[in-house]
Formats: sequence, structure tokens, C-alpha cells
Amino acid sequence: MADSAVSIVLVRPALLGTYGDGGNALVLAVRLGRRGIQADVVLLDGNQPLPRASDLIVLGGGEDGAQEAVADDDVLRHSLTLAVAAGAAVLAICGGFQLLGDRFQVGAGRSIAGFGLLDCTTDRLSERAVGEVVADSALPGLEVPLTGFENHAGRTLLGAEATPLGLVSHGVGNGDGGGEGAVQGRVIGSYLHGPVLARNPALADSLLAHVVGPLPPLAEGPVTRLRSERLAAARGRRVRRH
Amino acid sequence: MGSWERRATVGAAAIARLAGGASRRLGREGHTITGRVFLALAPPSGARALARRGRSALVSGTNGKTTTTALIARALGEDIAFNASGSNLIGGLHSALVERPHASTAVLEVDEAALPAALALVQPDVVALLNLSRDQLDRMHEVRRLAELWREALATYEGVVVANADDPLVTWAARSCADVRWVGAGQPWLADATACPACRAVIVVADGTWRCSGCRLRRPVTGAGPVVPPTGLPGRCNEANAAMAVAVVEEMGGQVDPAAWAAIDSVAGRYGRGVLDGRELRLLLAKNPAGWREMMPVLVPGRPLVVALNARVEDGTDPSWIWDVPFEQLAGARLVCAGERAADLAVRLDYAGIEVDIEPDVGAAVARHPRGPVDVVANYSAFRAARSLCHG
Repeated sequence: MADSAVSIVLVRPALLGTYGDGGNALVLAVRLGRRGIQADVVLLDGNQPLPRASDLIVLGGGEDGAQEAVADDDVLRHSLTLAVAAGAAVLAICGGFQLLGDRFQVGAGRSIAGFGLLDCTTDRLSERAVGEVVADSALPGLEVPLTGFENHAGRTLLGAEATPLGLVSHGVGNGDGGGEGAVQGRVIGSYLHGPVLARNPALADSLLAHVVGPLPPLAEGPVTRLRSERLAAARGRRVRRH
Repeated sequence: MGSWERRATVGAAAIARLAGGASRRLGREGHTITGRVFLALAPPSGARALARRGRSALVSGTNGKTTTTALIARALGEDIAFNASGSNLIGGLHSALVERPHASTAVLEVDEAALPAALALVQPDVVALLNLSRDQLDRMHEVRRLAELWREALATYEGVVVANADDPLVTWAARSCADVRWVGAGQPWLADATACPACRAVIVVADGTWRCSGCRLRRPVTGAGPVVPPTGLPGRCNEANAAMAVAVVEEMGGQVDPAAWAAIDSVAGRYGRGVLDGRELRLLLAKNPAGWREMMPVLVPGRPLVVALNARVEDGTDPSWIWDVPFEQLAGARLVCAGERAADLAVRLDYAGIEVDIEPDVGAAVARHPRGPVDVVANYSAFRAARSLCHG
């Protein structure tokens, strides 16, 4: 990384920023800063292309109309493809996750071409998935369970090139019979809000490690309490249901 | 409606009021019980008849419903059915109507998603549409969808709409209606109207106005607007609420008494004051990012803060929205995180670089601060807990 700051790009926050997912960019920047590594957060609005030197690219969730507007954005499509080919790591949440697949569906049944950076397609769940999610991580080196909040109507089916980010133990996730999210190379998709990196600092650090290499652990503050509360709340509800 | 239906309705209302009263004596709020019992017992034609008053107004929107409704009610006098408690689902509306069965005027705040049903029930003379922004997305899902629900319901509505011209979602919803009075009430939070609700192109905001870059939707022209007497409530948002309220009062043939409005310095406990163990509390409600944006300038710099967050069904069960609040502006504040989701708040503030204590109990959180003034900012159900502290 030599001496230049790590570049974290939040993609189209005005359109893909409905569920607080912009917090993922803040979490990444602060966790670098606390280790003495400088980071710049770039808010990529309007129709600016992604800078060629983007290290970490973050997309959030948005409403159907906004998601469709981003899908039509050829400047973004082209520059994002180049940045991924150049080795950038990507985290895309909910609508952003669907957008990075091959196709996704909006409204009653219109199918729209995604960016094709994740080998997956999204159609509709029979019932909207809303609630706490717990998933056992399927990411090598990430041993702790993932916690988050899902709020989506998409069912995402993974192709051969992608593997799930986690295996759902509570909640719906991809709605494909047990998977949550997708991983393909350095591109990660997930349905988890919270934001996901605020609730799962180990996932944040594994993304950062792609860019800056292995990192020393940080003294975690209130997130330890938050994680145990959320995991207990989700599991408690599951026990009562059975 | 036949005479047995009228008698059945009167009887149902009497029983419902008794049930509500009993519930309140048991220490519950009782506002929804009254409506629920009434709905279970009264014939539907009787319930509809009870909802039709000589003159009536509905008030809906994400923020400011309770305050705007209270301002309108204060201007229109005593003989009013109005849901002062803020119970704004259909059951709460029925409660307010049953409590004042003979009032000639009804002024009711309505939950955004319940507006279509409330329009059909009350058939109001005036509907005020304040603003739409992200709130309780676990229940509402999409803000644009709410605007669409309003637009569809208003297409067959025959009364007057008073609408905030500065909110593109409200404007689009109100455009389906023939008789609209546009008020420039302001809407600093436009993050949920970045894509045009009509055509999905980008909304361009500049020079105090807005327009769609793809279709003809644009900010409607507003006149000079009515004279808005000041209230005793702080903040830009309450000036906006007052401007909307004046327009509604005028449309209903009433007039605001400036002295009465100036005396209003709290509404349903919001901006209310209380003392707890030598701490002088000011109670503030902020339940979504747009509301917090309005709240920041109302806070007194340097004054100790308790921020209380719950995530019950009535709050929205996903508090991720706190990441859309610029808590960085509170840098240096002495702050205790309270409520059932205090830990979520503490993580957010940690990343904002603000050191905090966690104390879920609001009263105990207040006691962590030294004696003197303390601002308590809470979301919906946490606010109820904060308010009960001041009642002793």
C-alpha cells in the first residue's frame, strides 16, 4: 500500500442509502484509522465514475425505483467492472447485492440486468423477509456467527462461481434453502443491515485485510455487548417458536 | 341507518368508554381499547355515522402529526373530537370519535399507512399532508410506496388537500387531487426523494426549489402564504407544523388566536419539562433521521444528554437508521445511551468518536449526570418511558 491512503468509495449514497448501510464505509475508515492507517471515504454521487484507484467499494440498499436507476447507470457499471478487475474489494448490501448479480426483479415481475459481478440471480420471495438474522460464517478464517437485520422481498439463487457468505441459522437470508449472501473473489453480497460491518467487526477486518494485509486486533468497545444481545434475541425467538 | 342501529351504536359507544376508563384506571393508556371495543360491538353503519362530523380534518405525514393536530385543535375551540394521545391507527381514531360522540368538529392525526382507510371512514373536509421520509421501514418497506398509497386514495377524495410543496413525495401524492392548497413548509430531509416517484429520474434540488430531470413533476408555485403566529415550540420543524396548521384552520373556516398559540410550549409531552432528583429534564422526541436532523439545532451545546432508543413494533424493529443520523455533530457531548437498544446506539456513537456510558433504564441514565439541566432525546416508546419519569 506504500504511503497512499486507503480509498473507500460509497457508491451512489443518494440512491442506495435507505437502510443506514452507509455506516459500513464509516466502520471501515474508523477501523483503519484506529490502527494508524489513513483512509479517505469518497461519496460517489451524480454520475461520477469510480476512481481507478478504489480499494474498497461499498454499496447499500435502496428502493426499487432507485435500484433500477443505478442499474441504468452505464458509467458506474463500466467503472465498477474495471475496479473489480483491478483488485478492489466490494461489499454490497440488499438492493446493492441484487444489483451486482446477473439479473434481479423489481415490482410485480420485471427482470432487470444486473452488473454481473456476482454469479447469482434474484426473483421474488413469496413473502417479504423482515427480521433478525443469524448466519454461521462460511468465509474462511471468519469463525464467529454473523448478525444483522433483513428487510427484502428478493430470493437470490447462486450459480457455480459464487458461494454463500453464511449459512442461516435464524431468518431467511437468500431464501434459497439456507444461504445468506454471496462471495466471489473479493466481491461480497449480503442481505444484512445493521449495518453489517458495525455488528460484525470481524467481517470488516477480513475485508480490510484484502487491502492492507493482516491487521492487529482492536480492543472492541460496546459491540461485544451488542452482538451478545442480538444473537440472544434472535435465538430466543427461535426457541419460543418451536 | 335504522333506529336499532342508532341504539346499538350509542350502546356500543357507552360500553367502549367504560372499557377505556377501566383500562386507564388499571394504569394503561386505554386509548386503543375504547376504539377496539366499539368496533367489535357497533354496527358498521353506526361506526361510519359516528365518524362523519360537521367539519373535520385529517393530518398525516412522517413527522409533526401530533403537533400540527394539536395546533389545529387549539385554534378551533373546545367542541372537538381529537386524538390528543397520538393513537393514530384506525382503532385510535375510533377511540377519539367515541370519546366525543356529539362534537361537531373532528381533527385527527393518522398514521401514514392508515390514511386510505381513514379517508374512507371520516370523509374529511380537509387533509393535511406534512412530509414523507424513512421511518419504521420494517413495517412501511418503502417510502415511495406510501406516497403511492396516498396518491391512489386521494384520487377519489373530494375535499381540500393542504400539502407541503417542498416535499416531492407529498407533491406527487397530492397531484392526484383536484383541490390542493400548496404550502411551502420546507423539507430539509430529501434523501428519500432522490429518485422521482413518478418516473424514477433524478430530482434536482437547487435555489429553494426542486424539479424532476425526467418528467414534468416540479415544486408547485406557492403564494405568499398565510401569516403564521409564533408558537412557544422550538425549532424549524415547528414553524413548518404551524404553517400547515394555519392553512388547515383557514380551510375549515376558523382563525388562530395568537395568544393561545404563543402559550403552547409542549405537545403530548414533547418539549415538556420535569425534575428528577435535581436534574431538570427537557423531553425531546426524535424517531427517525429526518426528525433528528431537525432536533440537532434544538439541543443546547454542552448540556448533558440522555439518548434513549427502543425498537419495539411501534418504533420499527430495525434501528439501523441511527447510522443516517450525523451524531458526529455531538462531538464532545456528555452522553448516556439508554433504552432497550442502548448498545446499538453506543456502537454508532463509538464510531462517531463519542465516548458514552450505557444504562438501559432511562431514569438511571439521567442519574448518571450531575444535577442541573439534562436533555433527554428518545424515540417513540422510549419517550413514553421518559415521560412517565416526570409524572412521578
